[in-house]
Amino acid sequence: MGRTLYDKVFEAHTVARLPSGQYQLLMGLHLIHEVTSPQAFSMLEELGLSVLFPERTFATVDHIIPTASQLRPFRDTLAEQMLVALEGNVSRHKIRYFAPERGEQGIVHVIGPENGLTQPGMTICCGDSHTATHGAFGAIAFGIGTSQVRDVLATQTLSMGRLKVRRIEINGQLRAGITAKDVTLYVINRLGVNGGVGYAYEYAGDTIERMSMDERMTICNMAIEGGARCGYINPDQTTYDYLKGRTYAPANDKWDRAVEYWNSVRSDPDAAYADTVKFRAEDIEPMVTWGITPGQSAPVTGQVPAIADFQVDEQESVKEAYQYMAVKPGAPIAGQKINVAFIGSCTNGRLSDFESVVSVLKDKSYKVAPHVQALVVPGSMKVKDEMLSRGWDKVFTAAGFEFREAGCSMCLAMNPDKLTGNQVSASSSNRNFKGRQGSPTGRTLLMSPIMVAAAAIAGEVTDARQLFGIV
Amino acid sequence: MQDAKRITLSGQGIVLRGNDIDTDRIIPARYLRTVVFDGLGEHTFEDDRAQLKQSGQVHSFDDPKFKGAEILLVNRNFGCGSSREHAPQAIKRWGNGIKAIVGESFAEIFFGNCVSLGIPCVVLDAASMERLMATIESEPKSKIKVDIQTKNLEVGGSSFPIVIGDGVRQQFLEGRWDTTAELLANKEAILATAKKLPYFNSWS
Repeated sequence: MGRTLYDKVFEAHTVARLPSGQYQLLMGLHLIHEVTSPQAFSMLEELGLSVLFPERTFATVDHIIPTASQLRPFRDTLAEQMLVALEGNVSRHKIRYFAPERGEQGIVHVIGPENGLTQPGMTICCGDSHTATHGAFGAIAFGIGTSQVRDVLATQTLSMGRLKVRRIEINGQLRAGITAKDVTLYVINRLGVNGGVGYAYEYAGDTIERMSMDERMTICNMAIEGGARCGYINPDQTTYDYLKGRTYAPANDKWDRAVEYWNSVRSDPDAAYADTVKFRAEDIEPMVTWGITPGQSAPVTGQVPAIADFQVDEQESVKEAYQYMAVKPGAPIAGQKINVAFIGSCTNGRLSDFESVVSVLKDKSYKVAPHVQALVVPGSMKVKDEMLSRGWDKVFTAAGFEFREAGCSMCLAMNPDKLTGNQVSASSSNRNFKGRQGSPTGRTLLMSPIMVAAAAIAGEVTDARQLFGIV
Repeated sequence: MQDAKRITLSGQGIVLRGNDIDTDRIIPARYLRTVVFDGLGEHTFEDDRAQLKQSGQVHSFDDPKFKGAEILLVNRNFGCGSSREHAPQAIKRWGNGIKAIVGESFAEIFFGNCVSLGIPCVVLDAASMERLMATIESEPKSKIKVDIQTKNLEVGGSSFPIVIGDGVRQQFLEGRWDTTAELLANKEAILATAKKLPYFNSWS
């Protein structure tokens, strides 16, 4: 019986079986940011320990960085203190830091791939649950807590259990206007927000194989929203074409050896999986969340589901969602008024995400509805620079979008970009939890970038395919 | 290592009903703008508490009948969402401090974070959970005993079998949940594993 990529990577990185029976796993790449690392450095220093492999940890600032102006010191003194702490830690421990003042900063899950740090066959961790994103390259990548960040700094290893592997196969041709975001929301809708607990998700099938790396990252990014700590896609020519020539990717004579190794970690054709789930690409419509978990979603052409559509043990949560979101069962998904539109985040803040929107806005006279504040936030400074050089900032601003500096922005309420009161936000981010976007009564509707753009223009949730004439 | 052992954990219970309670709700993001974990306890569930108060209801974490509780009872997929260790750090610092969590299921990262802090998360089937929650709601002063050794939970005259993975159970029983020293003790093996991986060695 063959092995999965997860099996191969896990086994190659196993240092020891600990007395508890847990596995000690070596980490190939450790990414850190300002929110979950300062306490880890304090703990490390209290123990009198140093960083074992400083060249395998890379830092950036993303959660707290303002997107209106990034001039220092930040007006928010708490944010400034956090960045000063990060700068001190990386300089004391000789860690490579992707700094805003050098034009290198970005969301940790955007800059890792962009710089070629993220590679197939690696183990990758970060004090951030969306580390699953890096699985798009055929890496085993997952989020960890701060005490574990300390452990990785001190030992480059973690104490871990071993996950089961579920193969999620998606085959067929996606219909026009359907994006990777719709696919990932659809999978979570079908398998549930806790369906993946105890599993790594291997995404496969011809629909996935045809996807670009940006699209694959959107898919894997939200594995965690389905409860799976990591999700991955086997590396292939698309992966290698993306990596070739990037700063930290192997070059020259090393490249061929690397590709050979990367091919060897792919799941074997006869690999054993805990189970396999199959979906048809043709069944997927533009998805929009109506509730307070990423699984509470429906096609834009559909309605808010009735209570009877849910299992008895889910019904309390569903009622809570109706109440918090102020939606009624049976109400159409399209037509809900929005106040804020946000395109960005580690889910959908890459060049091709913005390109999908620019392609429909360009040379047209679409305008953001007067009652809507619409933000376009590049996932990294490199993405921003590329957008500027292509003149996309002008396309967005001409249509009434605000074009911002790079950062996590309105995904998570740790910087000045937040909802107020009970505003409704159409968002290309990954979480619609209560209070997630900064107002304890704010409401989030998750959807693809192109659906966010359509909602911004219509002033309400609308089918982007109709608005933009996508056929 | 005597102090680190988690063999039995006893105390009053607090019932927090609901599936998929995420870490943004446990500790709102604005309290993550800090470089320490101190002071998080009082902000646990702050927004959920305020909203219930506004609608004339009482959140469990404000309910006087659960005051002094040390064992948290939850439903399914507790702690989903963000990896923020601030969530279990806040729960650990709330009131007298929560020592153990009993639930139908837990999100992976939250579970691991709790292990790192010496807080066992143990699993009870849905029917037993409902019985246990009802018991504690009607008799909140009842003492709950979570026994990691025998894999049982006792309250009043009742006993419920709990589920906890062998690996973490061993970590708690032996006081090995604070892993840094144990991991570092294998330094030779760490370096040897790194030596075998081509990408750790410039693809040579």
